[in-house]
Amino acid sequence: MVRNMIDPSAAPAGTRLLYSGNEAVARAVWESGVRLATAYPGTPSTEILETLALYPDLTAQWGVNEKVALEAAIGAALAGGRAFCAMKHVGVNVASDALMSQTLAGINAGLVLAVADDVGLSSSQNEQDSRYWGRFAHLPVIEPADAQEALAFTKMAFEISELFGTPVILRMTTRVCHVKTLVEVGERKEPQERSFIRDPRRWVMLPVHAREMIPRQFEREKALSAFGDTSELNTEFPGSDRSIGIVSSGPAALSAREAAPDTPLLKLGFSCPLPLERIRAFAQSVDQVLVVEETEPLIENELKAAGLAVHGKDVLPRTGELSVPLIRSAVARLKGEPEVASEASEAAPSLFPRPPTLCPGCPHLSPFYSLSKLHDKVIVSGDIGCYTLGAGQPWRSMDLCTCMGASLSMAGGLSVAKGPGDEDKSIVAVIGDSTFLHMGLQGMLNLVYNNANVTVLLLDNRSTGMTGGQEHPGTGYNLYGETTPRVDLVGLVKALGVPEDRVFEIDPYALPEMYKTLRNETRREGVSVIVTNRPCVLTSRHKAGGALTVDEDRCTGCGNCLAVGCPAIEVVRREERVLASGKTRELSFVRIDSAFCTGCGVCAEVCGPKAIQPLAQVKAGALETEGA
Amino acid sequence: MSTLADRASGSEKGAAMTDRVTNILLTGIGGQGVLTAAELLAATAVAEGFDVKKTEVAGMAQRGGVVTSHVRMGQKVLAPAIAPGEGDFLISFEVAEALRAAPMLRKGATIVVSDLVMKPPVVHQGLFPYPDDPVAELRRQGWAVRAIPARAIAERLGNVRLINTIMLGGLSDLLPFEGAILRAQVVDRFRVRKPALAELNAQAFDAGRDACLAGV
Repeated sequence: MVRNMIDPSAAPAGTRLLYSGNEAVARAVWESGVRLATAYPGTPSTEILETLALYPDLTAQWGVNEKVALEAAIGAALAGGRAFCAMKHVGVNVASDALMSQTLAGINAGLVLAVADDVGLSSSQNEQDSRYWGRFAHLPVIEPADAQEALAFTKMAFEISELFGTPVILRMTTRVCHVKTLVEVGERKEPQERSFIRDPRRWVMLPVHAREMIPRQFEREKALSAFGDTSELNTEFPGSDRSIGIVSSGPAALSAREAAPDTPLLKLGFSCPLPLERIRAFAQSVDQVLVVEETEPLIENELKAAGLAVHGKDVLPRTGELSVPLIRSAVARLKGEPEVASEASEAAPSLFPRPPTLCPGCPHLSPFYSLSKLHDKVIVSGDIGCYTLGAGQPWRSMDLCTCMGASLSMAGGLSVAKGPGDEDKSIVAVIGDSTFLHMGLQGMLNLVYNNANVTVLLLDNRSTGMTGGQEHPGTGYNLYGETTPRVDLVGLVKALGVPEDRVFEIDPYALPEMYKTLRNETRREGVSVIVTNRPCVLTSRHKAGGALTVDEDRCTGCGNCLAVGCPAIEVVRREERVLASGKTRELSFVRIDSAFCTGCGVCAEVCGPKAIQPLAQVKAGALETEGA
Repeated sequence: MSTLADRASGSEKGAAMTDRVTNILLTGIGGQGVLTAAELLAATAVAEGFDVKKTEVAGMAQRGGVVTSHVRMGQKVLAPAIAPGEGDFLISFEVAEALRAAPMLRKGATIVVSDLVMKPPVVHQGLFPYPDDPVAELRRQGWAVRAIPARAIAERLGNVRLINTIMLGGLSDLLPFEGAILRAQVVDRFRVRKPALAELNAQAFDAGRDACLAGV
C-alpha cells in the first residue's frame, strides 16, 4: 500500500508545502540523513513514521513498544548512523529505562527522540509534561512552535546531538503535530560518516563505568546551558510596552504573540537546560515577567529558584491549551487593566453528547454485549485501544483502565484481593492484539506464573485500531506493507503456560458461542484466554457481508438489538404500551441503515421475533411476491 | 534556517491583505469528510497567497465522535487554533452539531448549516433527546444562519457523498477570496483523483452556492 504513494523527497529544496508538524519532522529526518527511524503508534505522533515510510534512503520500523523502538534507535546511533525515534508522551514512561541510562553513556551519531504531548488530553490517559524528561535525564529539550520550526529545529537537533554527544528530545504538542501550515523544505545533507567505536568503558554501563560518566554528564549540561544562552533557537520579539515581558515556548508562544503583540517576547526554542543568562538579560529590560507555558510551571519554578520574581500559573491555567483569550486576560490582570470580556457565548444548553463509539460491525460489539449481560457477575479490567470505548454506553462494561498492558497484571491483583461483597464476582481482563504485544505479554505470563483466577478476552482485530490501523507483529505485515512472520496468538498464550483446554479461538460474530464461552470460563478457577478472530472493519482485511434489514411487521419494539450498541441500528418510532401486568413499557421500533450495516449478524442473534433479515433476501422475496 | 522572526513579515502576495485573520470552523462527524473539506479550504487559501494554519482534534474523535477543524487565514497567522468566541464562520455538516460548535463563534458570525440529521447511538438508545429544530434554535440564539438542504440536493444529484462539496459551495461567497477559486480547487482535486466525479462535484458546488444565496 505504502509503495504506491508519492515519494515526498521529490519536492526540491525551496518548495513551499502545506505540511503538518509531523510531516515536517519526517522531511527533516530525511534531510538530516537518518539511517533508522522507529516509533510505536500514538496520537498525536503517529503520522511522523507513517510519512517516513514514504521516504527513500532510510529504514523506518514500527517498534513493538516505545522501549524497544528507542533501544533500536540507540543501537543505530551507536553503530554510527543517525537515528530517530518518535512516540507520544506516555510512551516515554515505557522507554525511560533505556533513556535514563543512555543519557550517561551518550551517543555516537546523532539521536533525536520526538515526543508528542497531548496538551488538553484529546486522546490520552493523562497530560504529563515531557519537558521534565530533559531535567530528569539531563538532556537538551527543543521545542518547535509550528511545522516550519519543526523542520528547522529537527535538523538543528541532530547537529546539537552530535556536537554534545547526547540524545536530544524534540518536544512537540498536538498543536504542532497536527497543525498544517506553509513549510519551505530544505536540502538533504549527508552526515559525517561514522563507525562503531569499540569502548566498553563508555558503552557498558557497569557501575564502575557509569560512575565515571556522571561528572561528564554534568560538564555536558553546563556546556549545553552556555550554548542555549546564545542559540538562535531562542528568539526575542520586540514590543513597545515594556511593562511586561513574556517568556514562552512551543505553540503557546505564538498565541502569546497574537494576544499581546506590543509586549516583548522571549521565545525559547531551546528550553532545557534553561538559557538562564539570556532570560536574566530579558527580565532586566522589562518591568515584570510572565511565563506562558503549557502545562506544568517548569520554567516558572526554575526562574523563581534562580531568584527571579516571575508570574505564571498565578494568572494562567495549569492544564489544557493556553489560548489567545486566556493569555490576553492574564496580561490584563498583571497590568491592572480591566479584562476584555470574551465573545464566547454560554455553552450549548443541554445538547446530547456525541462520544466516540464502536463502529458498525465492529468485532468488539459481541464481547462487550456479552460482558454487559454478565455485568453484576464480573469486574472488568480494561486496556488501551478502541475497546476502551466499551466503558461507554450501552455496554458500560469496563471498570478500570490505566496504561498499556495493565489490564492483565491489574486483573491478577484484583483476583487476589477481592473484598467483601465481591467474592462471587469473576475478574475479566480485556486487551487488544497490538496492546497485548506491546506490553501485555508480561502481564499474561504473570497471571499464569502466579496461578491467577482471571478470564482474558484477547480481542484480536489484526490492527492497531485506535491510531488508524497500523501494522504490528500480529498482523503479519511491517510498516511498508511487506509480509513478516505473523505471531500466532493462540500458540503464544499456550507457550506462556495457559493449558490447551483453556484457550479458545472464537468468532465474535457467533454471539451465542462468544457469550457461552465467556460465561463458562468466568466460572472456572485458573487462567482462561478467549481470542477473537475478526479483523477491524476499517481495515482492508475486513470483508463486509450483505446488509441486514428489519422486517417491520415482525419487529416488536423490544429494543434488544439496541443493547448491542451498533451505530447502524436506528430507532424510527417509540411507543408506550401497557402490559398485561398493568406496567407501562416503552417500545423502540428500529430500522437498520443499510449504508453502514456490514452484515455481521450480531443484532440478528439477539432479535427474539427474528425480524432482522438479510436485505437481499427480503428484496428477493418482495420481487417474488410482486411477480406472483 | 527559517524562524518565526524571518517569517513575521508575511508572504508577498498577502502583503496587500488586511491584518485581520479570518477564522473558519468546520464541524461534523468522523467519516463525513470534515478534514478533507478543511484541507481544500486551506490549500485554496495558500494558493491565493494567504498564510494559513489548519488544525483539528483527531484520534478518538474518528469513531463516530465530533470532528472540528479550524482553518485560519490572513496575512500572518500566529496562534494555531481558533479560540472560543473568535470564529467568523461555522460550516456544519450535521444540523445539531452547529449548536455544539456555535459557542466558538464571535458575535455576528455566520453559520452555514446542512440539513443532515445524524442521531448518535445514545439518542437511539433513548438516553438523550435530539433537538426538535436546531436551525430555529440557532436563529433564536441570534446567529446569521444559512441553512442548506444539502441532503436533498445530494439525493437529487444522486450521490450522498456530495454533501461536502455542496457545503463548500455554500460557504464560497463568504470567504476572503473569490468563490470560483475554491470551486476550481475542488473540481481539480476530483479531476486528479476521481475524474468521473469532477463534473458532478462542480454541479454540487454550484447548487450549494445557489442554495446559500437563496437562504440568506
